[in-house]
Amino acid sequence: MTWLSSFWRSSIGGKVTMAVTGVLLFGFVIAHLLGNLQLFQGPEAINHYAKWLADRGALLWVARIGLLAIFVLHVATGVRLSRANKAARPVAYQKPDTLQASFASRSMVLSGLSLLVFVVYHLLHFTFGVTNPDYYAKKAMGAEGHDVYAMVTSSFQVPAIALAYAAFQVVLFLHLSHGIQSFAQTLGFHHARYTKMIKTVSFLLALLIAGGNALLALSVLTGIVEVKP
Amino acid sequence: MKVTLHIWRQSQPSTKSDFRRDGAMVRYELDGVSSDMSFLEMLDVLNEKLIKEGQEPVAFDHDCREGICGSCGVVINGRPHGPEGGTTACQLHMRSFKDGAEIWIEPWRASAFPVVRDLVVDRSAFDRIVQSGAFVSVNTGAPQDANAIPVPKADADRAFDAATCIGCGACVAACKNASAMLFVGAKVSHFAHLPQGRVERAERARNLVATMDAEGFGNCTNQYECEAACPKEIPVRVIAEMNREYLRAKVTEE
Repeated sequence: MTWLSSFWRSSIGGKVTMAVTGVLLFGFVIAHLLGNLQLFQGPEAINHYAKWLADRGALLWVARIGLLAIFVLHVATGVRLSRANKAARPVAYQKPDTLQASFASRSMVLSGLSLLVFVVYHLLHFTFGVTNPDYYAKKAMGAEGHDVYAMVTSSFQVPAIALAYAAFQVVLFLHLSHGIQSFAQTLGFHHARYTKMIKTVSFLLALLIAGGNALLALSVLTGIVEVKP
Repeated sequence: MKVTLHIWRQSQPSTKSDFRRDGAMVRYELDGVSSDMSFLEMLDVLNEKLIKEGQEPVAFDHDCREGICGSCGVVINGRPHGPEGGTTACQLHMRSFKDGAEIWIEPWRASAFPVVRDLVVDRSAFDRIVQSGAFVSVNTGAPQDANAIPVPKADADRAFDAATCIGCGACVAACKNASAMLFVGAKVSHFAHLPQGRVERAERARNLVATMDAEGFGNCTNQYECEAACPKEIPVRVIAEMNREYLRAKVTEE
């Protein structure tokens, strides 16, 4: 297994780790959005889906632990690579310029770290019920099952929360729009015709995902989705 | 025409612990510059003036001055080899600048390219990469018949795209991470497309990447600054090809 450890420590091994974990996280973000879009179908649909997920038992824990491992690996490798990148240029240019790098590509470290902060907040908010404990207090008092619909709508009717979520989607868009196209290049896929197409698809998918997420928060805020107390 | 120059002056060579040494940007006013002068001729004129004034001339690398040797190279206003695409610094002319322009001139910035003096950097890291595998092993003796191994035209063209690399280091200088992946990718791609090179492809990919990493270059983040800065316009396709070759070589490693 020496090949694996030397691959792992190499520059390209690090990049491949970022690409593979990145695309798995990207898959999760799609599934997460598709699940949440059921909010538009009303309380029954999304609560039924939530119950189905919760009933997966051990399988759900396997998915959760796997996802956490992938996430940690993505962040840790990203930190390792960007530290090496910083060290590779000990003296900065006095008069720097950019030739063709996109804004999204130049802000990957910053957008990535911002998303890390967002994910922690998001988990504290909905998963652990730390930041908005009202709903969880009610649930503990023995309300009917896990009412995801009420949890989400009661949060997003607060303008600060809905707008914060929407703002973070801009960051998610930037991160994904560069990340998806990078995946192909890093794994060695480059083609005169398809690379242009991948860039467009990367942009559109990122827009769709971030837009869909923002739509959920803003629909509750604007009253398109009815709030259930 | 008249130009204001800001040039990085450094009399002591960079060390691992002190890269900057006594280096700083120094301002020079230069009058009587012809727009037909090449950029390096303009520096020659500045140096003559400095020598007459009893000052130390600006050290910079150059050799052929016709864009093929890869010796020259300075970062001009944040762009390696200056504002013109597909052009080395020696082939750049002063007509590319406005009269009265302010021009910032800096050396390549990378920990793998320590500054020797002023604008001269030590690029022997590239030589060590080449020595670790950017060649085809052949027995010495009489040369083979030139057409003994047929090479399809499309393959020859792709190999030649990469083979145009002059090893100037502009890719490293342009990269936000001081990565050498366009250079190493060019070496990998150059040989991977040719039947003669395919024999040692796995070993080559492993050795080149290992040496590149050991030299302390950064990691590619797919921003493609290198492609835009390369005076030979080598495409980032070669980086994808290197990634592919390296992955294949590592997965099949025994």
